[in-house]
Amino acid sequence: MTTIAPRRSSRSSRRPVWEERPSVLGQLGKGTILTLVTAAVLVPLWVVLVTSLSSAETINEAGGYVLLPRELDPSAYVVIFSGGLIGRAVWISTLITFIGTAISLTLTVLAAYGLSRSNSVGHRPLLFYFLLTFLIYPGMIPSYLVVTGLGLKNNLLALTLPTAIQAFNLVVLRAFFMNIPSELIDSARIDGAGEFRILTRIVLPLSKAVVAVIGLFYAVGYWNAFFNAILYIDRNDLQPLQRLLQGYILLGQAPPNVGGGAVVHIPGIGYSAPPSLAIKMAVVIVTVVPALIVYPFIQRHFTKGVIIGAVKG
Amino acid sequence: MSAPPAVEAPVRPRTDPPPPRNARRLRDRLRRDWPLLVMVAPAFLLVLVFHYVPTLGNVVAFQDYNPFAGANPFEAFLYSEWIGFGNFEALFEDPSFWDSLRNTLAILVFQLIFYFPLPIMLALLLHSVLSPRLRAFIQSVVYLPHFFSWVLVVSFFQLMLGGAGLLAQVVRDAGYTPPEIMTNPDTFIVLVTSQAVWKDAGWGMIIFLAALAAIDPTLYEAAAADGAGRWRRLWHITLPGLRSVIILLLILRLGDALNVGFEQFILQRDAVGRQAAEVLDTYVYYRGVVVQQYGIGAAAGLFKAVVGLVLILAANKIAHRFGEQGIYQKS
Repeated sequence: MTTIAPRRSSRSSRRPVWEERPSVLGQLGKGTILTLVTAAVLVPLWVVLVTSLSSAETINEAGGYVLLPRELDPSAYVVIFSGGLIGRAVWISTLITFIGTAISLTLTVLAAYGLSRSNSVGHRPLLFYFLLTFLIYPGMIPSYLVVTGLGLKNNLLALTLPTAIQAFNLVVLRAFFMNIPSELIDSARIDGAGEFRILTRIVLPLSKAVVAVIGLFYAVGYWNAFFNAILYIDRNDLQPLQRLLQGYILLGQAPPNVGGGAVVHIPGIGYSAPPSLAIKMAVVIVTVVPALIVYPFIQRHFTKGVIIGAVKG
Repeated sequence: MSAPPAVEAPVRPRTDPPPPRNARRLRDRLRRDWPLLVMVAPAFLLVLVFHYVPTLGNVVAFQDYNPFAGANPFEAFLYSEWIGFGNFEALFEDPSFWDSLRNTLAILVFQLIFYFPLPIMLALLLHSVLSPRLRAFIQSVVYLPHFFSWVLVVSFFQLMLGGAGLLAQVVRDAGYTPPEIMTNPDTFIVLVTSQAVWKDAGWGMIIFLAALAAIDPTLYEAAAADGAGRWRRLWHITLPGLRSVIILLLILRLGDALNVGFEQFILQRDAVGRQAAEVLDTYVYYRGVVVQQYGIGAAAGLFKAVVGLVLILAANKIAHRFGEQGIYQKS
C-alpha cells in the first residue's frame, strides 16, 4: 500500500500536514535575513584570513584588505612563530591556558564529586557557599588588593588562580555526577573502593564527554582572558596574546619585525618581508584558531550543559 | 491535616538495621564522608581566598586606604584610617561618577529594548527552517563569536568598520568620505549594542531553541484544526511556551544589569571618549587602580554590587508575584 502512495520529497514531509506553505515573499525574507546573519560572522573571518595569507604586492594592489585570495604567503605566520614578542605572547597564552585548565578542571571535578552525594556531611551549606558566588561580586578593587597582596603581580598565577573555580561549571558537573546510578557507586564501595578510586575508576570514565566540555569551556576562558592581564601584568615579556591584539589592532601599534627591513626565511619560498597588515591579521587568526579548533567538540554538548546550568543556577 | 498522635513512636531495641540518618552521630558521618570533604577543600580554599576575602575587603570603601601604610596591602589595610562614609560622599560629589552611572543605565535600557528580543526572534526564525542540515550549519556559525574574546570582537569591528577598516576602504575607493563609526560618541551606544549582538545573540538563542523544541506539537495541530493561522499560533502557543524562559533571562539580565561588559568598554573608552564610554566598571578601574584612589574605587564598586543585588532580588520577587519560578524557588 505504502509503495503506491506518491513519494513526497523529504523537504515537504518534514512540514506537518496542518501547516500552511510559506509564501514566496516570506521565504525570500527569511532567506535574506539568515544569509545576512551568517555572512556577518563569516565575512570578517574570511577577509582577515585571506589578508593574513597575502603577500605585500597583493595587499598593496587591493589597497588594504584582500577579498579574493591570489596566492598563499605564510610569511606572516613564520614571523609569529619564529619567536620575538609575538611568539613569546603565543607561548604565554598557551601556557596560561594549559596550566589554568589543568588547575580548574582538577579542582572543579573534585569539588563537584565531593558535593554530589546527597546525604554527605555539610554538602548543603557547601553548595550554597559556591552558589553564593553567583549573587555576590567581590569587586575589582578588593580583588586587586588581595591578588597583589599575595605577591602575584607579574606572576602568571594571577591569571589563573583567581578565576580557577567557576561555580557554573561546578554545578553542571555536579548535576551530571548525581545522575550516575548510585548502584554503581555502592557496589564499588562494597568491593572496598575508596572515594578517590570511585571517582577515577567509575565516575570519570562515565562522564568523559561532559568533563571534556567543561575543560574546553575553561580553556576558552583562559585563552580569552584579557582583563586580568591588564590588572596584574606589567612586564612586556609576560603579556598574553590578547594584549598584543589590543596593541596592534586597537591602539595601532606596529608589530615588530616590520619596516626595519627585517626579513624572514620561508622554506621553499625564500626570503621576504611580510607586510605589517598581514602580520596584524595573522595575530587575529592565531587568536581565533583555538576557539575554532575547540568549537566542534564543545558544540555537540554545550546546549545540554547550558540548560542544566541555567535551570540550577 | 492534623499530626498523628505521637504515642506510636516505635522503640526499636534492635541494633541490626542502621539507625535513621538524622540519628546517626555526626562523628560517624564524618568518618564516612571525610574523603568527600577533602575533595571539596581545594576549591573551597580558592573561592575563599579569591572571592570571599575580597568581598570582605570591600570594607576598604570605608577607609582612607593608603597602600604605603604597611609593608603589604593587608598590613596597609590594618593601619589605614577609618573614615566612615567619606568615600561615598566624595563619590556622589564627583560628576564623572554620575556620568558613568547614567551611561551604564542608558546602555542597559537600550540593550533591553534592542538586544534582548533578538535571540528570541532569531530562535523563532531558525526554528522555522525545515532542513536540519541547514539549521545545524547556521547554528554553528552564529554560536561561534561567543567563543571570541572581547578584544577579538572589538578588533573585528575595528577592522571592518574602523577608520582604516574594510568599509572605509570601500567607501574611499568609491570617492566618498568614510563615516566615523568606531570613534563617534553619539552613536557609541548603538555600536556597543551591535557588538554585543554580534558576539552573543546566537548564543543567547540556544535556550530559546530548547524551549521551542519542548512545546507540544499537538497544541499546534489542535490550534490549526480550530482555524488559527500562523500568527495566531505564534501568539497563543509559541510565545506563552517561551514565557517562563523569557522571564528567567530577563531577571538574570537585570541582576547583571550594572555589569554591561567591562572589557568591551575599557577597550573603546579612549577612542570614543570618557563622556560616552565611561561605565561604572571603567570608572572603578580608573579611579581605583589607575589613579590609586582605592577607597573611592572600592566605594563605587560596592555601590554597584549592592544595587545589582537589590535589582536581582527585586526582579525575582516580581517574577514570583506573577506566578513564575524565577531563579530560585520561594521557600
